[in-house]
Amino acid sequence: MHPRFLTFVWIMTTVGLAAYLAIQISGGNRSLFLPGRTSDGHHQIEPACDACHTPFGGVRQDACLECHQAELAAAEDSHAGSKFADPRNAGDLARLDVRQCITCHIEHRPEITDAMGLTLPVDFCHGCHADVVEQRPTHRDMSFDTCASAGCHNYHDNRSLYEDFLVRQGNSEHATVASALPERKAWISREADGRLPLTAADADRTTSATLELIDAWAGSAHAGAGVACSDCHRGQGSRWTDHPLDRVCSSCHELEPQGFVAGKHGMRRSVDLNPVTPSGARLPMRSDSMSRTLGCGSCHDVHAVNVRHAAVDACLSCHADEHSLAYSGSPHFRLWQAELSVEEKPGSGVSCASCHLPRERRRVAGEDRIVVQHNQNANLRPNEKMIRDVCLNCHSLVLAIDALADPDLVRRNFVGLPSRHVGSIDMALSGED
Amino acid sequence: MTHLLSNCRLWLIVSATLLTVLSGCGGNPSGGPDESVGISAKVMADALHAVMESDRTVYATRVVHRLQDQENVIRASEHWRDEKALPLPAQMFRMGAQEAAKKTDTFSYSLLSKWPINKKNAPRTEMEIAGLDSVAKDPSKPFYGRESLGGIEYLTAVYADQAVSPACVTCHNAHQDSPRTDFELGDTMGGIVIRIRLR
Repeated sequence: MHPRFLTFVWIMTTVGLAAYLAIQISGGNRSLFLPGRTSDGHHQIEPACDACHTPFGGVRQDACLECHQAELAAAEDSHAGSKFADPRNAGDLARLDVRQCITCHIEHRPEITDAMGLTLPVDFCHGCHADVVEQRPTHRDMSFDTCASAGCHNYHDNRSLYEDFLVRQGNSEHATVASALPERKAWISREADGRLPLTAADADRTTSATLELIDAWAGSAHAGAGVACSDCHRGQGSRWTDHPLDRVCSSCHELEPQGFVAGKHGMRRSVDLNPVTPSGARLPMRSDSMSRTLGCGSCHDVHAVNVRHAAVDACLSCHADEHSLAYSGSPHFRLWQAELSVEEKPGSGVSCASCHLPRERRRVAGEDRIVVQHNQNANLRPNEKMIRDVCLNCHSLVLAIDALADPDLVRRNFVGLPSRHVGSIDMALSGED
Repeated sequence: MTHLLSNCRLWLIVSATLLTVLSGCGGNPSGGPDESVGISAKVMADALHAVMESDRTVYATRVVHRLQDQENVIRASEHWRDEKALPLPAQMFRMGAQEAAKKTDTFSYSLLSKWPINKKNAPRTEMEIAGLDSVAKDPSKPFYGRESLGGIEYLTAVYADQAVSPACVTCHNAHQDSPRTDFELGDTMGGIVIRIRLR
């Protein structure tokens, strides 16, 4: 074959390939460039390479912190980077630079990634804590691949597992107590402050509104707070729209959307991608839910704004994993039904939201408030993060630790009792003696 | 070629002249006299220690001891967030060190002891070991030395940290993880280690 022809073919192939790659990278479908399967924590945002990667600059530490810093601060991070800034740690850092998130969490390496997103061998604690077996008689026969076992230690969040907490809780009553979640109150923003409640007759609607919608609104917390149709459908004085965007909700509800975009349900929005759909999930989802898009209105019926619907029915209209499907047979569900039928007091039922969108005490603008955390991933892994804000509202620490450490019991949605006992509280109490 | 070289030379001369003139005019943004005092690393360490020791003493005596032991208003606790309490003086000190480390790496400081409650606060480097031994023998004399950590040279200064309030003694003597339980008021309980980055 003529050399000139070969050169021509080579140039055309190269140009064609470059054009194809350029189209792929600029067109949003960047899956071709993925060096490996993205972790469960980040797969929803994998097309947004720039969210983590800097061209020719690797993964920025700040990129991790922009999303995770607030969560780590709230967890009182046991291994915050600032704790290792002292030069006396240079030796430890040379072995394992724990100031950088990517030392322990490398992306796109599924073959070495565990459920927590950890890509180090599980006995990595040994590097700095090898002397613990001499210092702690209770730890003498333990191996370092058990440090992070459920109910023992967490690398970042030990708020439910530190020794004095175990002692204090271990000495308390073990039985499950009849209790209730902290009572949340409908949030009325300053804009709605002082407004009078509205009725169906006050609806400043367009002709497109059906009576059914008006009735739903008239019985809602929105109407009770004086929020009229036009407040949402016209927004800030603009033209009427039948389907307002989520930012209309954010104009009054400031905190909830912050949590929403930090979790799996909303994280694509935080990097300017299209909203999450169940079809993109890695967990089993109902086949009839696949094309839904997630926003405020997906869970909250926008006219009735019924939070009870959002707390269970909305979740189960998409989620179809074992844990979700087992909920209807669980003692938690029975309590939820008792609350709905007013047999039991408000807050005594346990919905999906009770555990996954927990009620948190926060100080907001000088006022103590109970806020629903809308990042449903915030307390999910390791699941001991759920203990303080959720389980301890009703259960003892020992039951909570044992239950969360039993994967089968979690799958069964806590139908039954834990099959094993975690000895961390016993160890702490024996140290007390 | 000769023409090019002479042009380059001319540019170099002009640039150097301009730089000299500009640096003479703009050396001090305030236009006043140069206020740098060219302190040594040792003087800087001593100055930093003066501030740290003073703040630490004030917090231990006038805040913790007064509010906890004298006026029974609020107690200090290791788990101050959970227990709505005051941070312990050592925690206060370490939180300050961590905050400072976020702002600069020109110096760092830590609170170490030969008898630490948290074993991570035991001396680890040769300078730390020598320094804590030295100030335990003679608390009035700071210890100074040079060491290289992570390829960087530091002046390491160690100052005695003494029990300035009954709260220090009571807490350390009573803590289950404390390796020494016979401290008395005025004893050297450990040392403040200050490192100044040299280059």
